[in-house]
Amino acid sequence: MNVFEAVVVGSSAGGIRALENLLAPLPNDFPLPIIIVQHLHPESESYLPKILATHCALPVKQAEEREIIQAGRVYIAPPNYHLLIEEDYSFSLSLEPPVRYARPSVDVMFETAVYAYRDKLIGIILTGANDDGSYGVKKLKQMGGYVIVQDPKTAEAEAMPKSAIAAAQVDKILPIEQVGVYLLQLVNRSLRGGIS
Amino acid sequence: MDDLDTQNIELQLLLQAIHLKYGYDFKNYAKASIKRRILQRLERDNFKNISEMQHKILYDIDFFENLLLELSLNVAEMFRDPPIYLRLRHKIIPELRKFAHLKIWHVGCSTGEEVYSMAILLKEEGLYERSQIYATDMNKQLLKQAKDGIYDIKKLRQYTANYQKAGGLESFSDYYSAHYNHVVMNKSLKEHILFSDHNLATDGVFGEMNLIMARNILIYFNRELQNRALGLFFDSLSTGGFLCLGLKESIRFADCAKYFEEVHKDEKIYRKF
Ligand SMILES: C[S@@+](CC[C@H](N)C(=O)[O-])C[C@H]1O[C@@H](n2cnc3c(N)ncnc32)[C@H](O)[C@@H]1O
Repeated sequence: MNVFEAVVVGSSAGGIRALENLLAPLPNDFPLPIIIVQHLHPESESYLPKILATHCALPVKQAEEREIIQAGRVYIAPPNYHLLIEEDYSFSLSLEPPVRYARPSVDVMFETAVYAYRDKLIGIILTGANDDGSYGVKKLKQMGGYVIVQDPKTAEAEAMPKSAIAAAQVDKILPIEQVGVYLLQLVNRSLRGGIS
Repeated sequence: MDDLDTQNIELQLLLQAIHLKYGYDFKNYAKASIKRRILQRLERDNFKNISEMQHKILYDIDFFENLLLELSLNVAEMFRDPPIYLRLRHKIIPELRKFAHLKIWHVGCSTGEEVYSMAILLKEEGLYERSQIYATDMNKQLLKQAKDGIYDIKKLRQYTANYQKAGGLESFSDYYSAHYNHVVMNKSLKEHILFSDHNLATDGVFGEMNLIMARNILIYFNRELQNRALGLFFDSLSTGGFLCLGLKESIRFADCAKYFEEVHKDEKIYRKF
């Protein structure tokens, strides 16, 4: 079993509620970084870290260029920039053109996360009204990582989870209330498996 | 060592080959974005691996120039981040007004949108005639487009909205002539702009500037190259000169940071003292 090193999350329409659900069950000693791309209006203020922090025991902040990624923190992509993950586990930002209308793009973040964390990565796709993230999920599965998708039936917008499920053999499909708890179990199990 | 490690070796060799053959040094760029673009190109053109593509890059200049455009990450916008231009208009321009001659350097000017935005601002503030604008980029193809000043008409709606939010005093349509599907910026905006190529990784100082606009370039560099570039900006500024960076960029980690005062934090405007 893999010893996971990071969690990446993609969400779009309806995502803020879903992210609150995902983060709420995680304890303050959660051992991995959680890196989130949520589609936002390009000119929106970055209020998202504040909102999520009130629902979460972990510190939540906007990712900054060249920042070193640390375990037990939640990072959010800034609006209107792509968020990329470097192989030395730091962040880059980029103003490359939107990918399939999205900037930040889930695909761009997932793809670069796969280069950095390889098979030690957990990817989570939540609600959204487009297919951003499905290419990233495909890459993640090719590399041997683990993918959880929100059950489209419980999603405010089903396109994003649906296309992720169609893109690759994902590992787990769960209603949103169960995703956080499952993630916690998965990570704990992997850590124990890694020790023995 | 697995295939991914091998791929990283190939990538490193490719960047070295590009440097040796064409003079562009990407060694100190943030890797993730470059790697993503190279691998995308590889997939699209059905190369087996980076080494195979390297052969094509070394022997086919057109292929390389095309790739260079993709690596340049050139996205530009007129009056991008309008609040910056409000600040420039209301806080920086009054300072610049004190000089008889102004020298302004637009670094990494890409296709020129930002330079024309500045020219318009200076015109409206009555400073254009005594200004000399230097617009540089490492990419000659982009510079040529910048010089032409021709833009897709589809983008004009957004540019006009930006212009208005940026405190524009006239009607934006006064500054260009519209054709079927594109617009051409007025000749009078170009009179005091000098376009030339300059690479922050390999070239030197550009003297005695009053204002340097270097927005959204440093984010693509690692700390070492950021430090080099910021050192160049420092050396190219006259005392009291201003430096304006992109919204997500900072001078904090550079050696020269201690010689700058942060004058407008949110807009990333610094002043050399
Ligand atoms: C994202 S664009 C920024 C355009 C503009 N400053 C803006 O903010 O709208 C980045 C530009 O930097 C240029 N660039 C990249 N590396 C460079 C280097 N080493 N020296 C000079 N220009 C460079 C690219 O060619 C590209 O045009």
